[in-house]
This record gives sequence, structure tokens and C-alpha cells, in this order.
Amino acid sequence: MSEVSNNAPVIELRPLTPLQEFWKYFSTNKGAVVGLVYIAMMIFVAVFADLIAPYSPIEQFRDALLQPPSWTGGYLLGTDAVGRDILSRLIHGARLSLFVGMLVVTLSLGIGILLGLVAGYYRGRIETVIMRLVDIMLAMPSLLLAIAIVAIMGPSIVNASISIAVVSIPHYVRLTRASTMTEMSKDYVIASRIAGAGPLRIMFNAVLPNCLAPLIVQATLGFSNAILDMAALGFLGLGAQAPTAEWGTMLADARQYVQSAWWVVTFPGVTILLTVLAFNLMGDGLRDALDPKLKQ
Amino acid sequence: MFQFILKRLGTVIPTFFGITLLTFTLIHMIPGDPIEIMAGERGISPERHAILSAELGLDQPIWKQYFSYVGGILQGDLGNSLVTKKPVVEEFFELFPATVELAFLAALFAICIGLPAGIIAAVKRGSIFDHTVMGVSLTGYSMPIFWWALLLMLVFSVNLGWTPVSGRIDVSLWIDHVTGFMLIDSLLSDEVGAFGSAIHHLILPSIVLGTIPLAVIARMTRSSMLEVLGEDYIRTARAKGLAPWRVIVIHALRNALIPVITVIGLQVGILLSGAILTETIFAWPGIGKWLIESIGRRDYPVVQGGILIIATLIILVNLLVDIIYGVVNPRIRHAK
Amino acid sequence: MNKGKVALSLSIASIITLGLSGCSDDKAAKDSSSVAAKKPVSFVYCSEASPEGFNPGLFTTGTTFDASSKTIFNRLVEFKLGTTEVIPALAESWDVSEDGLVYTFKLRHDVPFHTTKDFTPTRSFNADDVIFSFDRQGNAENPYHKVSGGSYEYYNAMSMGSLIKEINKVDEYTVQFVLNQPEAPFIANLAMDFASIMSAEQAKVFLEKGMAAQLDVMPSGTGPFALQQYQKDSLIRYAGNADYWDGAPAIDRLIFSITPDASVRFAKLQNNECQVMAFPNPSDRKMMEEDKNINLLSQEGLNIGYLAFNVNKKPFDDVRVRQALNMAVNKPAIIDAVFNGSGKAATNPIPPTMWSYNTDIKDYEFNLVKAKALLAEAGYPDGFETNIWAMPVQRPYNPNARRMAEIMQSDWAKVGVKAKIVTFEWGEYLKRASKGEHETILLGWTGDNGDPDNFLAVLLGCDAVGGANRSMWCNAEFDALVKEAKTTADQAVRTDLYEKAQVIFKQQAPWATIAHSVVFEPVRKEVKGYVIDPLGGHNFYSVSLEK
Repeated sequence: MSEVSNNAPVIELRPLTPLQEFWKYFSTNKGAVVGLVYIAMMIFVAVFADLIAPYSPIEQFRDALLQPPSWTGGYLLGTDAVGRDILSRLIHGARLSLFVGMLVVTLSLGIGILLGLVAGYYRGRIETVIMRLVDIMLAMPSLLLAIAIVAIMGPSIVNASISIAVVSIPHYVRLTRASTMTEMSKDYVIASRIAGAGPLRIMFNAVLPNCLAPLIVQATLGFSNAILDMAALGFLGLGAQAPTAEWGTMLADARQYVQSAWWVVTFPGVTILLTVLAFNLMGDGLRDALDPKLKQ
Repeated sequence: MFQFILKRLGTVIPTFFGITLLTFTLIHMIPGDPIEIMAGERGISPERHAILSAELGLDQPIWKQYFSYVGGILQGDLGNSLVTKKPVVEEFFELFPATVELAFLAALFAICIGLPAGIIAAVKRGSIFDHTVMGVSLTGYSMPIFWWALLLMLVFSVNLGWTPVSGRIDVSLWIDHVTGFMLIDSLLSDEVGAFGSAIHHLILPSIVLGTIPLAVIARMTRSSMLEVLGEDYIRTARAKGLAPWRVIVIHALRNALIPVITVIGLQVGILLSGAILTETIFAWPGIGKWLIESIGRRDYPVVQGGILIIATLIILVNLLVDIIYGVVNPRIRHAK
Repeated sequence: MNKGKVALSLSIASIITLGLSGCSDDKAAKDSSSVAAKKPVSFVYCSEASPEGFNPGLFTTGTTFDASSKTIFNRLVEFKLGTTEVIPALAESWDVSEDGLVYTFKLRHDVPFHTTKDFTPTRSFNADDVIFSFDRQGNAENPYHKVSGGSYEYYNAMSMGSLIKEINKVDEYTVQFVLNQPEAPFIANLAMDFASIMSAEQAKVFLEKGMAAQLDVMPSGTGPFALQQYQKDSLIRYAGNADYWDGAPAIDRLIFSITPDASVRFAKLQNNECQVMAFPNPSDRKMMEEDKNINLLSQEGLNIGYLAFNVNKKPFDDVRVRQALNMAVNKPAIIDAVFNGSGKAATNPIPPTMWSYNTDIKDYEFNLVKAKALLAEAGYPDGFETNIWAMPVQRPYNPNARRMAEIMQSDWAKVGVKAKIVTFEWGEYLKRASKGEHETILLGWTGDNGDPDNFLAVLLGCDAVGGANRSMWCNAEFDALVKEAKTTADQAVRTDLYEKAQVIFKQQAPWATIAHSVVFEPVRKEVKGYVIDPLGGHNFYSVSLEK
């Protein structure tokens, strides 16, 4: 997961602006562009879910239980066991998945960066404590840890997101700390320190911007992990609660229809797969575009 | 070297105690009451509830419970399951071989396919093969594995009938529990076809569990190979006119493998996480399923003890990887 | 108890040694069984979970009973297969004294106990075994009382401790139970799983050898199958008892293949990896009906799924509100969507197959207009806000509580009652419910012994408030009827009392009775003689396989 290089990018001075340069590299990776387009589409669908979805995601059509998918039947992807339109649920689920991804990444990135910066800047005892905590968390299977946290807070989509965020913090801490340590020995940091800049200023103004590249890549991958983990928790009954349309929960409910109603099981699974794949493709592209080592 | 190992061990001990504290705190913060679960719909009178909590030691103040827990750990006693009343350690090691066997085969599957695929993809960079391998492995990496398990089971077991649906071996065969590893026990038994049956039962679960590691290994091998292939000494070797396969296998591969081995080591934790879902779906009698069920039943000693043993094993594996790494690469040993 | 003490500085080597030492050698048991029959008939049952242990007195789940009391053990009296009628088993006959306080049992002669790998019985079943089996559970001084964590929940739940004054051995084959007060359901209680008869001789031998805990791990019983091997979460093996007192079973080997997921169990059944499966998904029913290799058996279960109104909380203290909400529950929709048709709308708190079921009572009709009018009359013309607690677990009486709650929620909304669906982790759910934190709650019950008392007193009696009475409903008139019935021996009189009690219940409406599920069990078509147990267990004594 963390194959991200720890080296900070050295932006070479060229006639291109950094953004143009980024796009130049990024767009050569066709997979990444496909991923980006898919994600853009998903964001669009999520934002306008109410307009796009043919039905309400929670309305139960009691005369249309477990309808198979059909062009003409009114339910494009069929209905589930209580007669809810699967397509509409998937569309509204997109909103939820993006929300979860956002929440998880914001939380874990924020806390992770903070702890990583502090550990990398101050070193010494603080660092030991933080890194030991990270070691402890990494020693436990993350799914198990997430399950325990959800069990404490009670199953709900927000609690599940928090638990996923908590278990993904260690990766960001490690990444940030490693980058910070590299940056700290660079001349410009030493220079600004001599110039009398305070720790906060050095951490956030000097060091952080220079270790952003690997963090951005990791955050993109964090998105896909969040969606997968949420699906796993939902599948184990610890994620979103009914009647919320969340993809993993939809799969969990559908599990008993594996043999009798394939569409109830297939579509949420495919949607999760494609979405995660899109984020991973984009993450790959970002890495290639941001990692100077691969640019040559 | 000795000092290096000592230093690493020095970090392991506080981590271990940190884990005991963290698991204990987490488990005891989980709401719910094992006694109520046992009583079920019938309910339980407050008097009887008090008697049972006293018997299970749940009425003690929390810090006392923690110290008696740690005291027990130091003597190798992780307490008894609240449900079956059997020692946690005994139950763990009864189920652990099944998980190890599954994880081992999954890793084997991942390595046997991931490594060559990654190497060939790197050597034939930009070819259709490369694109296919990368595409497939990224898809594998993005797979919700519980869904993948259901799909495979539906296709291969239910529709085609090629593989058994679940279990470790044909139940009509009598296999004694000797080592707990079905592949070994089946060879030790005098039942005909037992080993074949054990292998047959392992196929689908290992593929499911091995999918993500396979993807990671293939990608890592490819990028690591690409890096090495670009190094000067490889160009030199090529320039010297060595056979291409010789350059790849003898010179490049050896160096490219070091990061790959680290990645494989890191997969232990991922395999165990994946095992939770895989075991749940395939009814595999391992520790992942056991822990999930125990969380549901609020069987505190089992969850605590189980997580503790797993975490300890992961720490030890990481330590081992570190030490091997230090032996292979003296630079790391002397760093810091 | 054999404590697997291990230093935690685990090396790979010590893991392997542990694996070796922790396991048992079952060769001996295996050889003795495979010599007897040349071509043994194996029968595989896909069960839903691992049993907690093999002593039915220590545990409370049906899974454990299937694996222990239904196979390994017998009781003094038992339920006739497929019914709730009590018939003689280890007791050939019994007498009850005039005052209903003394029960005298004549025991069956020449009933052998199983030979297990650590124990060879030297005598057959007698009065000592009966006394030991009950004394262990009730007498704190019994050397076995504390063994294996010693808590006997069913013995306690059925109040056996306060009920039984003493148990006397009259002679080798006669046992007398003396009660403190008359108790009509007593004989039915003795047919329950916890009252299984264990071997006093094995207990004595094991105690002397210092391996007392093994009694609950590899017990010897008198039942149709002898336990041979258990691998946690994987399988249980039994050998048919060729010397069974009621005739040897037709199958030589019985195997429980432990498979927690219902879809997987079904897949295994389709593959003929097992011949009978436990607890199918209601949604697979149609496929099971269509499958030519599968016979789908069904029977009305002895259960009730209900929604209880907490009468201690406003507005549910008003009977009109309870009645109105009863009218706003769309039972046909629930039976379709939640039970997939395999349920029966419930009118009374006891299932229709049980004696004393009052057939004259009419259910509240589903009528939102009337419901709204009644709510207005009670002072809630615009409805109110409340909650519906939905169980987090699947039960035969309620396969999907959340879905059931969703349906109620949407119908209640039409009469202005805005209900929030609340769910907690199961233990938390039960705990909070017994404290009465809920406003309305979904729950249910499966009968233990086929006696109406086991429903009416346990779930609705005043003594059960704070326990299994989730409505907190204590109606003096109802309670008096039920209490009187409990101490009356004459079943005709009891029937009359219970019928009256049901009328009060329906009028007072502390519950909305939802459904009795129809239990259905798919079996391979080769299976003959399998009968569904209305009490929810799984019995394999009567089963045979046809080629």
C-alpha cells in the first residue's frame, strides 16, 4: 500500500507552470485519465443524485419485490427484497461512499500529518511515544481494530468512518515523519530556523508543502481503501444502518440472495470494484506524475 | 549485529505491553453484556446476574481486572472463554493451524504467480502482457474480497461443481487431529484420497485470500525489477554480451527481490485481516472467524487474548524481517 | 481443567509442540466403530455453529442441545418426535401423588452407557445416574457443581432449585422427586434438554483420575449416538449406538458439518455435501421447492414474534393507543417481505399448534382510518413520536427485524406516528430492554417445553416484569388466571383458564402479535424418516438413507 516514495519532489524550473507540468505527465497515463473521468462522473452523480435517480432509494414498491433487471420493467437494475430500486440505491450510495471517503481521508490525513510533523520535528521522547503507538496499531490486523472501534461506538456510517480513519492514521504518520526528517536536514529549513522562524511556521510553511506529493498519492489510495473497508464493515453489519443505501450494506443484505437473485448481489459488488479501481488508477497516475524519480 | 538485535528487542517489549493495554481498554469499552447474551430472550434476574458476574470476575474494578489479566499473561494464561469455558490459549492453538495453512497456501499462490508475472511484465515493459498484468493486478487489488469469494463460490462450487463449497476436507473421511494442519494430518491418516481432498478444499479460499497479495507482489516485483534493470551494472552485464535470461535471473532478480521480500513480510498482517472475511464466508475453522464471532458474543477473554497473540506474532514476524534485512544489508544495521 | 499454559515468548517451535499436545488421539474410538460395520452409512448434517460444549445442563443454545442432548443423551421423559407430547424414555412410567407434590418414576432396565475412549462403563443405567444429573445442577456441595464454569442457566430459569425439595432413590430402579409446591408443567420440564441423564459412574471415575472437566468434553450417555470426535468450528462425529435401548439407529455415522452461513449450507446441500441443513434462508425457499433433489419439509414452529409496547411509558399506558397501533400493522406485507410467505399472522400470544389456543379470538384488522380515529380519541389526532427497537440478530420468529421495523415505520407514518428505528448490539439490546428503556420493541420467543405456561407466564406474567416481560405489563386478572393454571393438574381446567387469559391479553393489547413462523427444512430426497421438531431441535435417530 505504501509503495510511495518518501522523497519530496524537486520541482525543476521549466517554462511550464507546475500544474501544466503535472498534467503533462498525468495525461500520458491513460488509465489514470479513465479513473479521473469515472470519479468526475461519480461526483456528478452523487451531487445530483436526487435528479438522476429514477426513484427514491428507500421507497418500497411492495408489488415489485425482487424484480430482475429489465429495460422495460421500469427497474433498470431490478429491485431488492423489499422492492427498492437498485439503481437508485446505487446512485445514492455513491454520495455516501464519497462522503465516507472524504471524512476518512480528512480525519486520518489531518491527524496523521500533525503527529508525523511533530514526531519528525521534535524527535526525542515525543517521537518515541508517537512511533510506538503507531507500531502498536500496525501490529493489529486493521479490520479487527476497526471492528472493535465500531463495536464501542455502535454501528453507524459516521462511526464506521471514524474507525476506518483511526486505523489508517499510522500510514500517514510514518509517511509524514519520514518526509519531515528528510526535509529538516535541508539547507532551506536550517536557514529559516536561523532566521528565527518558529516551530509552527517551519512545520507548516516550510516542511509540509514539500512533503505533500507522497501524501496526496497516499490520500487518493486512502479514498479507495476507505470505500473498501466501509464495504467490508457494512458487509459484517457494522456500517450504515437500514434503510440507508450504502454499497457494502446492500451486499450484506443481498448475501442471502446469492443463488436466487443474482442482480441484488452483482451490481453493488461491481460498483464497489469499479469505484475503487478508478481511485487506484488515479493514484497510480498521480504517483507517476508527482514522483520525480519516475519522471526521467 | 548482536547489539542491533538487542536494540530491536528493546522496542518490542513496550510495544507488547502497549498492545495489552490497548486491547484491554478497547474490549472493555465495548458496550454489551456477555451474561445478557447468554440469557437471551428469556432475560435474567438481577440477583442471578450478580452471581454470574462475580463468577466470571466481571464485578471487579477495571484496573484490578487489567492487572490480573497481565499477571495471567506473564504466566501464559489468557483466561477462559466465557462461552465455552475453555482456556483461550487452548482454543487459539486448536484453530490457529487452519489459518496458517490457509494463509500459507494463499501466500504461495500469490508468490508463484505474482513473482513471475511481475518479472515478465518488467522485462517486456510496454507489451500487451505488461498491460494485462498491470490491469489485472490493479483490479485484484481493488477487489472487495468478500464479494469475490461469493462470486467464485457461486460459479465454481454451485454452478460448475468443480470445487467443494466449504470446509477443510471431505467430512466422511476420518482425520485425526495430530498437527492441526490438514495437509499433514491427511497424509498421516490411512484414509484413501484424504490429501487430495484437503488440497481440493483449499483451492478457492487460497485464491480468494491470495488475490490482494498477488496483486501487490506483482506490482512491486515489476517496479523493483524496472529500477534494477536501469542500473549501470545491468547495462554493463548486457554490454558484456551475457545471455539476456542470465542477466535477468542472476543479476537483476537477486537485487530486485530484496524489497519484494519486505513486501511479502508486510503481507502477514493483510493476510490475517483478509482471513477474517475469507474464513467467515468459507466456514473455515480458523481464528479470524473465531474472533469475529467472539466479538459478537462479547467473549472478552477470547477477543483480548486472540488479538494479543496475533499482534505478538506480527511483531515477531516484523522483527524477523528486520533482522534478516540487517544481516543482508549492513547499512541498515548501522543506521541511526 | 487442563490449562494450556504457555509462555508467551512464542517461538515457531513452541507453536508446533502446542498444536501437538493440545490435541487428542481419537484412534481408539475410531477403530472400535469401523470394525463393526462393513459398509457404514454416513449421514451429514450441516449445522449452524459450534456447540458451546457437550453437557446440555451447562448451556442454553439449541445448537448445543442438537449436538448433545438430542444425540448423546436421554431424559426420564421425552417429547414424542415431531410433537410436544411427553412420552416415557428412561423412565418407563411415573405416578403423581394426590397433592401433586411427589413424582415417582420407574426406571428402564438394562440401558447401557456408551463406551468412550477414556471410559468403559461397568454397569447399565440406574437411579444413581438420575440423582447425579440433578444433584450436580442443584447442589452447590456436589463435587461437580463448579466443574466447567458450573452455571446451570436452564435449571435456574425453570426455577428447579426452589421447586425440587428433594430427590430420593427408592431402589435401584425407582426415583422419587418431592416438590415444594404443585407445578403442572413439571413433567414437561423434565423432558427439556437440561434434564439429560449423565453417567454417575463416569463422573466418579473421572473425578478419581483428576480429569473431571473431561466429563463435559467427551461424555458417555445412553442416547442413540455416541460422541467420537469434535473439531471446533469444523465438525462433530458420532457413531450409531448399536445397543440403543429403543433399537439401533439406521445410520452408523452421524457427522455435523459446522457451516455458519445459510447460503453456504444450502450450496452444500445442493452438492450433496450434507443431507439435512439447519435454518435455511427464507429467500432460498423457492429454489428449494424447485430443486428435484431436495424435499422441503415444513411445520408451524412453536414460536411467536411480537412487538411489545412499553406500558410504563406514555402514550402506551393508554390501551387505545396500543389498540390503534395494532390496527396500523400490516401483517400480510410483513409476512411477504420478512418471512417470504413462510409465516402465519399471529393473533394470540401462543402458537395455534399449542393446546388451549383460543380460536374464537379475532385479530385487529389492518385499518389505518380506524387506527387514526382511535388515536384521535386517545388525544393524539396528529400522532406522536416514538421508537421501534429492532433486534440485531436473526431468529426463526423474526428473520429480519430491521426490515420488519421499516415496514411498520412506513405504515405508522400514515397515521401520524413518527417512529425512529433503534438498534443495539444484542447483549446491550436485551439489557436495556429489561430495564424498560424502549418504547416499542421487536422480540419473540420459541417454546421450551410445549406448555402454555412457558409462553403466558414467562412473557406476560407479573413476575416476569424486568425479565422476559418486555411490555412491563402486569394485569392482575390475567396474572391470577395464569398462576391458577400453573398449579392445577387437570388439563381441561387449565385449558379453560388459559383461554380466558388470552381474551384479556387481546383486549389489553400489550403486544402487537406479529407472526408465527413456519419452520421449513430442506433435506435431500434420499433422506427418509426425518421429522421437524416443533421445539426447534434437530433429531436424527429416526433417519435413514435410501439409495
